[in-house]
Amino acid sequence: MKLIGGYTEEMRESIEKVEKTRAERMKKSFEAMSMDEREEVLNKYHPDYKPDKKRSVRVGPNKGDIAPHEVVDLLEAYPLIDEKDIDLKTIDYDVDLLIIGGGGAGTVAALWANENGISAEKMLMVTKLRHGDANSMMAQGGIQAADREEDSPALHYLDVIGGGHFANKPELVEALVKDAPFILKWHEELGVQYDRNPDGSYVERAGGGTSRFRLHSAKDYTGMEIMRVLRDEFRNREIPVLEFSPAIELLKDDEGNVAGAVLFNMETEQYYVVRSKATVLATGGFGRLHIQGFPTTNHYGATADGLVMAYRAGAKLRDLDTVQYHPTGAAYPEQIVGLLITEKVRGMGAQPVNRDGELFVFPMEPRDVEAAALIRECYGRNKGIETPTGMRGIWLDSPMIEEISGEGSIEKDLDAMYRMYKRFGIDMTKDPILVFPTLHYQNGGVEIDVNAQTSVPGLFAGGEVEGGVHGKNRLMGNSLLDFNVFGRRAGISAAKWVKKRGKPKKLSLKHVSLYESELKKAKIKPEKRSPMLLPDYRGEKALARMLDLF
Amino acid sequence: MSENKEKMITVYIMGKAYEVPFGLTIMKAMEYAGYRFIRGSGCRAGFCGACATVYRNKGEYKFQTALACQATAEDGMYLAQLPFVPANRKEYDIAMINPEKNVLSEYYPEINRCVSCNTCTKSCPQELDVMYYIQAAIRGDYGEVSKLSFDCIQCGLCAARCPAEITHYHVAQLARRIYGKYHLQIPEHLLKRIEDIDAGKFDNEIGKLKKMGMKELKEEYTSRTIEKIQRGEVTQ
Repeated sequence: MKLIGGYTEEMRESIEKVEKTRAERMKKSFEAMSMDEREEVLNKYHPDYKPDKKRSVRVGPNKGDIAPHEVVDLLEAYPLIDEKDIDLKTIDYDVDLLIIGGGGAGTVAALWANENGISAEKMLMVTKLRHGDANSMMAQGGIQAADREEDSPALHYLDVIGGGHFANKPELVEALVKDAPFILKWHEELGVQYDRNPDGSYVERAGGGTSRFRLHSAKDYTGMEIMRVLRDEFRNREIPVLEFSPAIELLKDDEGNVAGAVLFNMETEQYYVVRSKATVLATGGFGRLHIQGFPTTNHYGATADGLVMAYRAGAKLRDLDTVQYHPTGAAYPEQIVGLLITEKVRGMGAQPVNRDGELFVFPMEPRDVEAAALIRECYGRNKGIETPTGMRGIWLDSPMIEEISGEGSIEKDLDAMYRMYKRFGIDMTKDPILVFPTLHYQNGGVEIDVNAQTSVPGLFAGGEVEGGVHGKNRLMGNSLLDFNVFGRRAGISAAKWVKKRGKPKKLSLKHVSLYESELKKAKIKPEKRSPMLLPDYRGEKALARMLDLF
Repeated sequence: MSENKEKMITVYIMGKAYEVPFGLTIMKAMEYAGYRFIRGSGCRAGFCGACATVYRNKGEYKFQTALACQATAEDGMYLAQLPFVPANRKEYDIAMINPEKNVLSEYYPEINRCVSCNTCTKSCPQELDVMYYIQAAIRGDYGEVSKLSFDCIQCGLCAARCPAEITHYHVAQLARRIYGKYHLQIPEHLLKRIEDIDAGKFDNEIGKLKKMGMKELKEEYTSRTIEKIQRGEVTQ
């Protein structure tokens, strides 16, 4: 097959139409949808609004609540370990604070627990992959903070709660927006570099559903810049970390507090017992469950392990009925399908355009609305562009950015995007790129209060694993903010909790056994086991001949 | 690509030959062949550096580098991944650093052993000018190191290949933090806003929103003014 500048001849024909309408489109935008129009497109086209793709959970604290099949499957799965096979008398790690998860929230929690009096040697971070292999590292667009005179935390509040379909927990939103400027100052003091104007003020941009320019970025490596500085600081403080050793079950003491975890060393396949006075859950989200078969922007380990463990320990979950599909995942070339095309591309002026070169939606609707509009254009109106593998997508007219902000602005501000496309022979400064919604974020999660305390004593949570902050739909730039705000609050609260407590007595997995008997009582067959730990992408041909010999 | 997809190629994973379809990334090709990653797969999108890969094409002598998630597997590739880099990293207290001095040279004196062979630059899967930023580090130019190293994903390939045993990515991390902390001023508008928040300036307004009934809140939301994209003016 002949490719010209990375695209097929059919795609080239469509690109010509996009180029023809560009000058005209540059002059105008598209009207934003009314609330009724939003409702209509969501109901008809957003994957969340298909009732047959979800069901209610039959056991546990959220019995009767609706979630996607893939999530319910894991919540209703049987544990990986049996109480009687684990020796809880021999404690491998005896600490004040256990942090489960080595991404943004866990790292922030560790730093703030340390600031609040928990010494490094009394802490342990455990993580499934390497420290920093997390969605936090991959966030591109930016972090929201209402710090300009034209803006205010109250406006930020309004944007978050409206974007979340008014289902957010108000006090969590208040904490999010009021802590935001402080978090940026903390980052500055650690040496994070945000993009600046020549006068030293921040470059701030629009995000979908935000009423003010409030997005602070570090090119399109914002998450990476924040995460690598936080990790560097964590390393300077010599906080112990166990990599490739995920928690597979929480432990409780005789008073019902969370009191540690059982870990699994994935490389040696042995388990470890951790006793801790407080535990912070920072395990991230569920993108790798590929809900409804969607590709995902998420890292390899995003398999909802934290949800499963917390649920078995009795933690209440919330807002798991909605899933965030990012409007713009790569739809072409095949090698990068599903990977994130940051919202900043639209924030800098690139419009979504159909096969005939027409703009069909306001480019900055909240994510769920924008995603639904793209799906409608492809499958409702048949105006998508088909790729050689039969996938449909919409053009994101990236060359507009260069026309608006001048030649070289893509390489300067969207370096990661430019580099990725270049690797596959596409020059996004000259040609548009093809996108389609991709599974991006777990909107809900383990319910927390403003102190990041879950409904189970001794268990705190921060970042994507927790729920309530974003309601039914998160806005751009609020996840980097979330893991900082609630990771910090989790660390501070855990430190306070630790000071009041002695060593937990009588570690137990009884809650897991009880959960298992609940599953049996509900007549759920032991066909699946969880937590999932890692997805399995091995080829069918190889799997068909797999033997389990040693 | 459908016709291409059926085309099979041979890759050598740590020396063993496997037939895989053409058009997959190195990572997906290894998975197709039956490998299930524990190490060597992180973000799968080119941001984390977990899948640093060293390869050689059949018939060539040259060692090449790539990120397994960001490079297409080609016929005749001999592939190996770097599971871990035992690189030297200095601990420091960012608050105690004297930014007037060349801390980089002090903490990492081996940067002065750089022989300008450019192997680091050639090994960088992000195509950064690694050697140039090491030169800037020798000069103590934090700003230049920051600029040239900013897109570094810390995969460690440069350090693994360097004949002078420099751990480039740790040097760069230190330089960026010093530049961020000591050379960029915290914007006034940020400090002012924090002061106002601490003084409770927005508490009434947010308190009112928190207490609002659904209908009123929805109205408040839909009638808020929206700043126009691409221009600084606020419009309805």
